[in-house]
This record gives sequence, C-alpha cells and structure tokens, in this order.
Amino acid sequence: MQVERVPGDDARRAQGAIEAVWRIESARLIAGLARYVGDVGVGEDLAQDALAAALQRWPESGVPDNPGAWLMAVGKRRAVDLLRRKTVLDRKNQELGREAQARSLQSDPAGPEVDDDFGDDILRLIFVACHPVLSTEARVALTLRLVGGLTTGEIARAFLVSETTVAQRIVRAKRTLAEAKVPFAVPEATQRTARLASVLEVLYLVFNEGYSATTGDDWLRPALCEDALRLGRILAELLPDEPEVHGLAALMEIQASRARARVGLTGEPILLLDQDRARWDYVLIRRGLAALDRAEKLGQGLGPYALQAAIAACHARARSASATDWVRIAALYDALAQLTPSPVVELNRAVAYSMAFGPEAGLDIVDALGSDPALRGYHLLPSVRGDLLGRLGRFEEARAELERAAALTRNAREGALLLERAALLEQAALLERAALLERAAGSGNGAAESRPR
Amino acid sequence: MRFMMFMIPNISDDDWMPPVEAVEAMTKYNEELTKAGVLLALDGLRPGSEGVRVSFPGGKPTVTDGPFAEAKEVIGGYWLIEVKSKEEAVEWAKRIPVADGPVVEVRQIFEMEDFPPELQQAGGR
Repeated sequence: MQVERVPGDDARRAQGAIEAVWRIESARLIAGLARYVGDVGVGEDLAQDALAAALQRWPESGVPDNPGAWLMAVGKRRAVDLLRRKTVLDRKNQELGREAQARSLQSDPAGPEVDDDFGDDILRLIFVACHPVLSTEARVALTLRLVGGLTTGEIARAFLVSETTVAQRIVRAKRTLAEAKVPFAVPEATQRTARLASVLEVLYLVFNEGYSATTGDDWLRPALCEDALRLGRILAELLPDEPEVHGLAALMEIQASRARARVGLTGEPILLLDQDRARWDYVLIRRGLAALDRAEKLGQGLGPYALQAAIAACHARARSASATDWVRIAALYDALAQLTPSPVVELNRAVAYSMAFGPEAGLDIVDALGSDPALRGYHLLPSVRGDLLGRLGRFEEARAELERAAALTRNAREGALLLERAALLEQAALLERAALLERAAGSGNGAAESRPR
Repeated sequence: MRFMMFMIPNISDDDWMPPVEAVEAMTKYNEELTKAGVLLALDGLRPGSEGVRVSFPGGKPTVTDGPFAEAKEVIGGYWLIEVKSKEEAVEWAKRIPVADGPVVEVRQIFEMEDFPPELQQAGGR
C-alpha cells in the first residue's frame, strides 16, 4: 500500500487531512454501516469508531490511498465484533452476524472495495434523518451530523445553542428512531410525497437559518447556507425525477447568489431592489436557472419550491431593478397563493401587485390581511404596509407602521434599517408640510391644515 | 470556501486530445464531485497553440500568438469547487484520475472579506 508522507512534526496537518476525508466520506460510511447493521444509531457509532482508529493510525502511517474503503473496512470489522459480543442473539441477529462476517472476510482494510449502491444508502440515510417521528430540531441536527458531516460543536455554534444540547438532541433522536423501529429504508410509494416534503423542509430550514439569522446581530451565517446547498445538490443527483428537489435546489442557489450583495460594508442589510447586481454571484445564478429548468422540464407543473425559485429567477434575470418583470412575479405569487395559501405569501403577493399595478393594488391585499391573527407580531406586515403608504404619500401613517415594524423585528440590524426609513419618512412629511405651508402662505387661502395626499 | 483546481497536463499540443479511457475516468471523477455536491463549474481548455497572450510593454497592449516557449506549463482546464477547508480541496485534488506527468494546482478564491476595507470600497462595495 502506497502511503502519503505526513510530516511527523505537524500533527495538525494530519488532523486537517483526516477531517477532510471525514467530510467527504462520512455520509456514505455511516449510511453503508447503518444498512449493514440495520440501525442508524449503531451505524454512526461504528463510523465514529472507524474515525477514532484513523485518528490513531494515520498520523503515523499516512492517509491511505483509498481512505473511504479503509474506514468502511474498519467499521465493518467493528460491526462483526459488536454482533459477536452480544450475549442474547436472536436468530435474525445470528444470520446478520454470519452475513456480516462473510462479507467482512471479503474486504481487506486497504482494498478498493466500496459498495456500489452507496447512493441508495445515502438516500435512505437522508429519509431516516428527516423521519416525521422526530422533532424538527432533531431532524435538523441529525441531518447535519449524519449527512452533512458536521461535528456536534459546529452544529451548536451554527444554531447558537450549547454543544451539550445538540449532543443530547442527537442521542435522543437516535433512541427515538430505534424505539419506533424505523427501518433503514426509503419510504414506500404511498408515503413518499409526505416524507420528501419533510426532507426538503429540513434543508430549507437549515438554509434559512444561515441566510437570515432570526436572532442576534449577524445577518448571515454563510456556512449553513453552503451546507444546505451541498445537501440540496446531493439530493438532486439522488432523486433526479422529483421536480420539487430541483425546485428547492434552484431556490437556494439563486438566493445564495445574492449573499455578497445583501450586506453592506458595516454589516447593514441591503434590500433586493437596492442591491448592486454586479455583486451577485453569476455562477450560482446559472446553476439555479439550470436547476429550475430541470424542474420545469419534468413537466409535472411547478410545486411551491419551484414557484418560489421561478420568482427568484425573475429577479436574477433582470439586469436592473427597474427591468424586473413584476407582472410575471405577480402571476407566480397568484399560483403560489393557490397552492399554499398563507398570510406570508399574501404579503409577498401584495408587494408584487404594488410593483406591477401600483401601491393601491398592493395596499388592498395588505389591508385584507390586517386582522389575520397569524401575522400578529410579524414585523414584515407593518414594514410592507409602511412602504406602500409611503409610496402613496401618506407619510405620517407610513412612519408609524415602520416604527412598529422596528419594534417587532428580532434582528437588530434590520430594526436599525427600519428606523432609518421611518426617519426619512418623517423628514418627507415635514418637508411636505413645509411646502404646503409655504404654498398656503403664498396663496393666502389658509389650506395648510388639509391632509397631505 | 471556493477553490480552483487547475490542471496542468504537461503534454505537447499534438497530444492535447485525451484517449477515450482518460475521458471515461475523468467523467466518473466529475460525477463524484457532482454527487458530493461540491462542484460548481468545470471546463477544459483548447490547446495553448491556439491561444494568444496579451502583454503590455511600455503600457501598450501587444498580442503574441501561441504556441509559447514554455508550452509545458500551459493550463489544460479547471474545476471550481466549494468545500469546507483547504484540506478538503487537496483531498479532492488527490483523487483526480491521472497518471505520471500532470500537475494540479489548488488555489483558494478570494472572498470580499479577505480584503482590507479600502480595497473593498475600491472594488465597488
């Protein structure tokens, strides 16, 4: 076996190389071992054992030529040991043990053998990690850990919780899966749509957590976006016939393409229409448009993710904000509102309508939403309403709405931006009042008290 | 973080078209990158003899047609990948299916945050 020389005095370098191998190999390693023993939790423990062995051996011996096969062989040997050690063996376990042993004998630790169907194994792993028997938090943690190759510490930092919390979440999740006897398998056809929806929801949640942090001063936590994107791309290769998988991939690619343009030099947020489009990432836009094209070409109509991607694509294709095809965006929001009616979609539809057909058309939709309890405390409702009122010249009302929005948002930087806009509107209101007074004084008709419109 | 992996094939322009087996192996490798979700873009480049170099002696653009004297150093193609660390990029580079001869150069792409504020501002931010 040919080995790479690792400088003996640089253990950190070896550690980095092992972490890199882990990043690349861990999902198929865990998935392969999970199928082998029929249990995700045990599969992951075995994979961790293999990693520990690598951490012990590789700094001395160098990273083997085929590190994935090396790890898999060690993991399988541990699996056989584990099955042998079990004192109470039912018949099924004995069979599994013999089978595992037989398979283990064929594979040499340094040999090139890697299971060919690891793609199917990874798909099983994704579906199990996002199983509905688990809480959303558990699905997220398990997916990032098992499929994304993130450490518990990385997950903890990304979600601003303690490492202990994440570790407990993962332990509990594995126990829940074992207790519910969730098979290591892709769901049957009847459950497939619902189970896939759960997977997509988890990926998009991770993406959004990175894209727009809900708490704190950080507007962007790009590492999570990259993790979600990578998982989305992997899933698109594993399920090429699912339009919504491509739809979600397209949506994430196009949204991520704006990451550089949506934060200013001092960390202040820059809204979509104010962004410098030269700073958008056209590599990601091209990938996003290609993914959307794949979703459309499957010819099954567009689902919610693909529709959102199509809306994002309208912005991505426009050379300038003024060149945006708002009529098309309004139509896409109509379709989205039909498919997944929600106050939030309505709010976005209102913005699209205001851009396509004027602020009054938007305000009609917003005011129809006014009393929706689901939007109580949602800062974007007063934010959008304030904008529309401002465009209609109703500055005083607009300012009050923006201040209300600023008080509601949990993102400090966004709050500052809202207050800034409110101050501008206050200025506009004052200027207008001054102009009216001036005009009134000039004409001497005393109309200064008339309401500005 | 993003990396460019530059392929420097170290072959003459006459041998620029690769054999079928090499293309098959490379296609399999590219599929691996795609399935791992790390590949953003890749391209192969036409031979250096078809290229031109533009230099600026005395500030005046001057065009020189290929082939060039140091033809062996010519870039044959690139991969643009998105990974978590330099080590991961290197690990992917190590898996490129080539025999003795070619060299792959792995280079990280600048992010805006890598620049001091005055350069970010000069860059239009």
